[in-house]
Amino acid sequence: MSVSSATIGQAPSVDFDRLVFDDVSRYFGRRRALAHVSFESGAGEIVGLLGPNGAGKSTALALAATTLQASSGQVCYGSRSAAQLGSALRGRIGVLAHELQLYPELTARENLEFFGALYGLDRAAERSADALARAGLDARADDPVGGFSRGMRQRVALERALLHDPTLLLLDEPFTGLDEASAEALIERLRSLKAAGRIVLLTTHDFENAEAVVDRVVLLKAGRVAAMDSSTGSLRDRYRHAMRVEAVPGGTA
Amino acid sequence: MTRFARVAWLVMRKDLTVEARSRELLLTTLFFAVSTVLVFAFGFVRDGRAVEDAAAGILWIAIAFAGTLALGRTFERERYHDVLHALLLAPVDRPAIYVGKLLGIVALMTTVELVVVPLVALLFQAGLFRYPLHVAALLGLGTTGFAAVGTLFAAMLVRARSRDVLLPVLLYPVTIPVIIAGVRGTAALLQPEADLAMAGAWIGMLVFFDVVFITLSLWTFEPVMTE
Repeated sequence: MSVSSATIGQAPSVDFDRLVFDDVSRYFGRRRALAHVSFESGAGEIVGLLGPNGAGKSTALALAATTLQASSGQVCYGSRSAAQLGSALRGRIGVLAHELQLYPELTARENLEFFGALYGLDRAAERSADALARAGLDARADDPVGGFSRGMRQRVALERALLHDPTLLLLDEPFTGLDEASAEALIERLRSLKAAGRIVLLTTHDFENAEAVVDRVVLLKAGRVAAMDSSTGSLRDRYRHAMRVEAVPGGTA
Repeated sequence: MTRFARVAWLVMRKDLTVEARSRELLLTTLFFAVSTVLVFAFGFVRDGRAVEDAAAGILWIAIAFAGTLALGRTFERERYHDVLHALLLAPVDRPAIYVGKLLGIVALMTTVELVVVPLVALLFQAGLFRYPLHVAALLGLGTTGFAAVGTLFAAMLVRARSRDVLLPVLLYPVTIPVIIAGVRGTAALLQPEADLAMAGAWIGMLVFFDVVFITLSLWTFEPVMTE
């Protein structure tokens, strides 16, 4: 398929400089996924959402991505909610989900060009080629993604999430499947995004890599904020300490 | 091209490209439709003569069953690897995604019909090519109406565990008017003296059903896809 560089037209500008979770709760039926979660992430800041499985990290990312709606409380982009900003907001958010959201039958280039065209990007073909070069996949650009290793697909998916230069980047387990060199490249990339003033929210169980890149961590436990800290020192030790302490409603420990 | 039409075109072209690479849906639906017609042919054709009026019903049963199979799988592709969420995150009118998926399904079902219609005409000695424009109108409108409802229901059920069972259970009661109109319109054309006025009336009914179903689907797709 040649998804060409034809464009749909640029999405209206929706600027914001911080992401705010204001007393957000989310229930699935009677099951509580998040309860009274409040935190803020500003431009040029990388915030890590950490917690055991089922703590509510992916739910928090889905709420920030607008694919879920809060049961109570609200998620704000700057001073406005997703409802106030409308569908154009989605054009300012980039998501790397745990499932990589790529069509295995399409090539890496076709995947990027398809999503580039959906986002209405000018020069989608050129941008896709640049993105594949950044991911070190230009030699495999015309191979179907289904034949790629997890790490290679992860790199393509990251480029897809960044293709439209989003203001808010949401990364769910971004280091999964990456070898050491690719993980280092991702850390460098995240640092450059931070320098460019992007808001980055990531979840991970990889403390070593997270430590190298996050400015602040929000520790979730059973859907509640167990601790928020920006102190230095071993992230693993801080995590273990926070998980031993009972979760504190409202956010801070 | 408007932004809406452009998105629909992109989604349809992506679906057709994926299908051209995998041929998963085309081959399974074609095999299923041809098998259905052959089984009915063994039951309803005796000494080279088909039971009167059977051809129209068998044609539409084959189309409806094959269409249901295709509808179930088309959103399964989006669910696999969670690509549906990536589509829904794009800053586009979500009904444009629905239209793109609908056009992809209609294109697939049309391809199946290009094989099934001559097969039914041959095995049941049905005069499906005597009035090709009328038959094309009935098939085109009937397929669109059936796929319009089916695409919406397939999208609704994409997160349901029992989606394979629920899709036909929900789809057939709603699309019965379309299938009846298709069968009666086709039967009117297959009579020894074709009743063109009756076929025209059923074509009019199909236009009405298509307008209603597509309007309702465009209206409800956005809330249906919001969790």
